Amino acid sequence: MGKRINRQSVVTLLGVLLVYAIVQGSILMDILPPFVALTLIQVCIFIILSTSLNLINGITGQFSIGHAGFMAIGAYMAAIVVVKFQGPLMLALLAGALVSALAGFLIGLPTLRLKGDYLAIATLGFGEIVRIIFLNMEYVGGASGFSVPKTITWTWAFWLMVISVIIIRNFIYSTHGRACISIRENEIAADVMGINTTKYKIMAFTIGAFFAGLAGGIYANYLYIIQPLTFSFLKSFDILVMVVLGGLGSLTGSILGAVVMTVVSAALSGWPEWRLVITAILLIVMMIFRPKGLLGTKEFSLSFLGKKGEKNASSKD
Amino acid sequence: MGNVTEQVLQQIVNGLSLGSIYALVALGYTMVYGIIKLINFAHGDVMMVGAYAGWFATTTLHLSFIPALLIAMVVSAILGVLIERIAYKPLRNATRIASLITAIGVSFFLEYGGMLVVSPQMRTYPPVFPDTIWNVGGIIIKYGDIVMILTSIILMILLHVIVKYSKIGKAMRAVSFDNEAALLMGINVNNTISATFAIGSALAAAAGVLMGVYFNTINPLMGIIPGLKAFVAAVLGGIGIIPGAMVGGFFLGLTESFVSGLGASTWRDAVAFLILILVLIIKPSGLFGKNIREKV
Repeated sequence: MGKRINRQSVVTLLGVLLVYAIVQGSILMDILPPFVALTLIQVCIFIILSTSLNLINGITGQFSIGHAGFMAIGAYMAAIVVVKFQGPLMLALLAGALVSALAGFLIGLPTLRLKGDYLAIATLGFGEIVRIIFLNMEYVGGASGFSVPKTITWTWAFWLMVISVIIIRNFIYSTHGRACISIRENEIAADVMGINTTKYKIMAFTIGAFFAGLAGGIYANYLYIIQPLTFSFLKSFDILVMVVLGGLGSLTGSILGAVVMTVVSAALSGWPEWRLVITAILLIVMMIFRPKGLLGTKEFSLSFLGKKGEKNASSKD
Repeated sequence: MGNVTEQVLQQIVNGLSLGSIYALVALGYTMVYGIIKLINFAHGDVMMVGAYAGWFATTTLHLSFIPALLIAMVVSAILGVLIERIAYKPLRNATRIASLITAIGVSFFLEYGGMLVVSPQMRTYPPVFPDTIWNVGGIIIKYGDIVMILTSIILMILLHVIVKYSKIGKAMRAVSFDNEAALLMGINVNNTISATFAIGSALAAAAGVLMGVYFNTINPLMGIIPGLKAFVAAVLGGIGIIPGAMVGGFFLGLTESFVSGLGASTWRDAVAFLILILVLIIKPSGLFGKNIREKV
């Protein structure tokens, strides 16, 4: 345990404040085109989604491809609290995240007995079931969608994103996080060393679901309307691509992946087929030539700025 | 009372037709999984390509059902081998997650690449069968139902003969039993894997053409849901086990048509996935599977 405040965390904090101030300033001066503002908030939402999925897929080594399901639960729950009960936004977001975490816990209990591709398919099935349930619920508008007033601003989205990333980062660097990494590296060895692997897998799954639900809540309260179709397998795939491209197991990689993919999607939004074809080819080529993703399990760090930089928790050597 | 029996029998007919599609697609999943332990996510999309090949053969080339079916099967077989050689072969020794991600990538490539090539709009299959409908004691049997069930049964028997008695079938079984030992015995593992992809894809193409003929419309995303459900069927029967895939396919088809018959057709897809999760929790090795313990 080194010093808590070092040069790197100060520099990171300043960087975060700078990004916030620039965007907030341009919003206040009304010089930010609405399309850019939309993209920036989507970047925040996708950073929460990709880092939380990375906690499950990259850090704990499980393979979930149903993240959009948790996002849907969070989105609908938050929307119900806001629209049907006139609750405050903060409470709505929290309710969405908590219900989503509960769903993650309940679905994690039985399915985390499964490994690898079986788990992947089970989570995919879960995501589809969630979508179909909302599709059949007239209470929340069914297929035509559920209108939600827009209350999320850049300030909300940005700071919720920062808080989520800090919590996930601190989890990864804690005892629990190390236990999760040991499960990724070798589950049987971790078991033998006395780590309660089931407990940590469910813990990672629940926390991942919590933040996916939070992201869903932000999404619902920003986009005016939510529809079950939004949370299809395609959404899970988008999040997965961000995590995989950035590097399974790298938090900064996920952030990078989320930023790059959201900006690229926004730039290609006029040609949705091309966007997906390019993403798919990128994914295949990436898996063949660099299966670890851009950053692998390494973290992008500013440690070169000073000797007191932190060491990587996840690097194997 | 008679009405209920009629309803049940009617749903059985519908379920068998639907089930034969699932069974044909599930066979490809199961064969590929049996041999290289990969969930070939793109399998449903290979079926879509087969359906389009059949559509072009019937509309542009004005062929009848059987030649169109054969053309679709050949096109898809070639596509299956290409996918295997380009995307999966370099990853044969990679982690299973890497292969799975690649398979998802291939699937999206086919879906949206297909949209670029043939445009996202729906295409209507020309009526290749007469509209004959038999009314057997109140149960409606369409000409299409008979063709569908017959075609799939013939193909399954053919597959069984190939796997059981031909040289390539023996090689396939050997490779799936023990890859390295098969290699040492002088079996060309690469060709055997390619052959598996070719056969599996051809069966999927047949399913695609049957689906196009039966439901009249096709589109580039038609493969996703049937592909996933066929996977459910394969898991249900025990993945890697050929008879299991057939039983699983028919079981799923029947379940779905009963759910639709009860008036809950919007829940149909959810039921399939619910079955999947239940099977995975209760007996992950499937109905016909054996439990294999992992050695440390």
